[in-house]
Amino acid sequence: MTSPLMLSTEQYLVPSLPTIWFGVVLFTLAMYVALDGFDFGIGMLYATRDEHDRETLLAAFGPVWDANEVWLVAFGTTLLAAFPPIYSRLLSEHYLLAIAIVMGLVFRGVSPELREQRDDDDWQRICDRLFVFGSTITPLLLGTLVGSWIFGTPALSAPSLLTGIGLVALSLASGAAFVAAKTRGSLAADMVRYGTASTLSYLGGVVVLLTVVLWTDPVGVRSLLLTPSAVAVVLGSVLLGVGGIVLARRGRHRLWFASTVGLSALLVALVARLLYPTIYPASGLTIEGAVVSPLALNLVTVLGLPVLVLVLWYFKFLYDVFAGPIDEQGAEGGY
Amino acid sequence: MDQASPILFARILEAIPAAPLLSAEFASRLQFGWTISVHILFASLSIGLAPFIVYFTWKDVRTDDPRYARLREFWVKLFGIGFVMGTVTGIPMSFQFGTNFPVFAEAAGEMIGGPLAFEAKMAFFLEAVFLGVLLFGRERVSDRTYILSSVLTGVGAWLSGFWILVVNAWMQTPRGFELVERNGMQIAQLTDPVAAFFTPRMPWMYVHMINASVISVTLLVAGVSAYFVWRKRNSEAWNTALRAAVVLLVITAPLQAVHGDAYGRHVADTQEQKFAAMEAHYDTGQADLHLIAIPKSADSLTDPRADNLWTISLPAMGSFLASGGDFSEEVVGLHEYDDNPPVALVFWSFRFMVGLGFLFIGLALWGGNLLRKGRLRESDRYLRSMILATPLGFAALLTGWYVTEIGRQPWVIQGVLKTNDAVSTTLTGAEATATLVAFVALYVVLLAAFGFAFKWLIEGELVRMGVREESDPDRPQLPLVSSDD
Repeated sequence: MTSPLMLSTEQYLVPSLPTIWFGVVLFTLAMYVALDGFDFGIGMLYATRDEHDRETLLAAFGPVWDANEVWLVAFGTTLLAAFPPIYSRLLSEHYLLAIAIVMGLVFRGVSPELREQRDDDDWQRICDRLFVFGSTITPLLLGTLVGSWIFGTPALSAPSLLTGIGLVALSLASGAAFVAAKTRGSLAADMVRYGTASTLSYLGGVVVLLTVVLWTDPVGVRSLLLTPSAVAVVLGSVLLGVGGIVLARRGRHRLWFASTVGLSALLVALVARLLYPTIYPASGLTIEGAVVSPLALNLVTVLGLPVLVLVLWYFKFLYDVFAGPIDEQGAEGGY
Repeated sequence: MDQASPILFARILEAIPAAPLLSAEFASRLQFGWTISVHILFASLSIGLAPFIVYFTWKDVRTDDPRYARLREFWVKLFGIGFVMGTVTGIPMSFQFGTNFPVFAEAAGEMIGGPLAFEAKMAFFLEAVFLGVLLFGRERVSDRTYILSSVLTGVGAWLSGFWILVVNAWMQTPRGFELVERNGMQIAQLTDPVAAFFTPRMPWMYVHMINASVISVTLLVAGVSAYFVWRKRNSEAWNTALRAAVVLLVITAPLQAVHGDAYGRHVADTQEQKFAAMEAHYDTGQADLHLIAIPKSADSLTDPRADNLWTISLPAMGSFLASGGDFSEEVVGLHEYDDNPPVALVFWSFRFMVGLGFLFIGLALWGGNLLRKGRLRESDRYLRSMILATPLGFAALLTGWYVTEIGRQPWVIQGVLKTNDAVSTTLTGAEATATLVAFVALYVVLLAAFGFAFKWLIEGELVRMGVREESDPDRPQLPLVSSDD
């Protein structure tokens, strides 16, 4: 039977469509981790800078952070559209964590915008503190939520918290790389130092996390971790992390930033590996068991996927418009 | 003392469980209602400002007239702040489907997930990406691309509203699905996407909501412009903005009344219970229309019934409006139902909205007449009235939204799923109350911060116009686009 849009109500357009959408959901998550990750990193680095550098940091992420943040909405709604039970469980079973994340995003989002509305030291100090606070707490909580998702562990547990800390370190590394790629001079040199430290912390954190997980074996993750693909992803992360540090030291800042994007992608690839073919380990729900009906999924495939390609295209446009180093002496912080 | 403090401590501990915790359901409803009330203000600000932004940007780029550069700069700045507020308050909205109403999210996931995902991918991204260009890219892109960016930002805002209202309209008049059993619960499975997206309510709601947003922002633009003109009569920029706003109000305010009347008939046809609540109509039969209703006591404020109100009513007019011309039409009364929405909220919200709607028509006609005579800037009384009316569009919009959403209760999906069945079963009253309190505190601060930012924007403009001294001599002079005043 076909519906008015000539889409089948009986079968998926291709048999593997549910798995493809599992990939799409994790792709949107990877985009979010990579893009808003560097925004968070900039927010953390902000605490270490003086007034002039702060303006430069704000200029570096000003035109793009809002668009980056939308990838979280894209992730959430894609998850809802393809796997509604997972969306419901993930959010309702981690209620306080989920609400705290959106509140952290409020602090991160409005504080730099409000800061620019008034030249008043006290006002700017409050906004700055909230900005640093929001930029640190949000990836911590978000990582904790993802950890709880894949390991089925409560928020206050080693696997969940270590995932959170790992995401903070990764965000810091990509923030440093992004700022280095967008600036010159002493700022870039400082970024290399922060970037090196945070990348090493990230890699160390991943090793500790995996050791804990191998040891405690929550929801049977051990057997999944000891597969060639999982091992390859972990080794790839180590290589990419170390390679990033080398690139940073050699002044290849754009490539360094690309390597941190790669690290984010590998992290989400690891998440995918540890979930598949289940999608909610805590209750053992699989992709096949959670996916929407053929017609609903066919519809979002035909209407949604082409648009996603279009989105990627105009993201490229946005980043091209604001490409190149910031004029650090210029008015309005560079743009 | 040594003995008293452990006792005191024990008493405090005992008192904590007795603290006034709300039930998970009630707190969730209040929380959703509160967060959407704040979010909708910023969402409508984007939708309503879009036409102004496009117009000012286009005139600025094409004519190089400095007054349009000034108007563009001022309103794009407000748009930017409003958009950030809309983003950060919008993300909690979609999260709350999962955190607080997971049964709803799971049962309706097939129906609402697609439109919400399209909203993010087709609309939200578009608006966010091109707003970045609009705010920071004037010197980096061509004139044509810059104008296009303003158009795409606006298209993003209007499309965003479209997909959100596809979801909401489906919840009011659900179509295109069948109920099936999956993972141990009843869910709505999509059978017809066209019917599910273009439900009977969809076109009504879209036109009404977009127009309400435009009217709200038009009053905002008119009020702010009137204030600047009042402070400096010969400001060319702000006289231009005031004229544009009055022209738009003359078109949109009467349209809303005509459209709203037909919309009301549609509600009477599709949601009899809501219509009865709007009119506080209890006994099935011929319905009167209470034009003006004044409560006789506090009781009649919370439970409005015809014999407890001083009313000016048109006999049988309710039937006439509901049927589109039949005075004897039988209108279903609230006594037919076991479970009704809070009638007073719906009844008074509806009157508040409609009353303001007529006030806006009055302001539009008055302003249109002054404009025709070329005396807009001279009329002190009109300028002051418009300044006072600045927030009223948003007040009408909010109360209209309450009619729609509270009037639909006890249903979250009309006739399919009740709100109290949609709430999370794992959520405790303590958690829900705690997050409710946090959201109330956070959003009050957010609204205050937005208010201050708007105030500073206005003060900066006053300084630029030269009618106000720079308060802080250390503060760097704002860069002047050029001066026409």
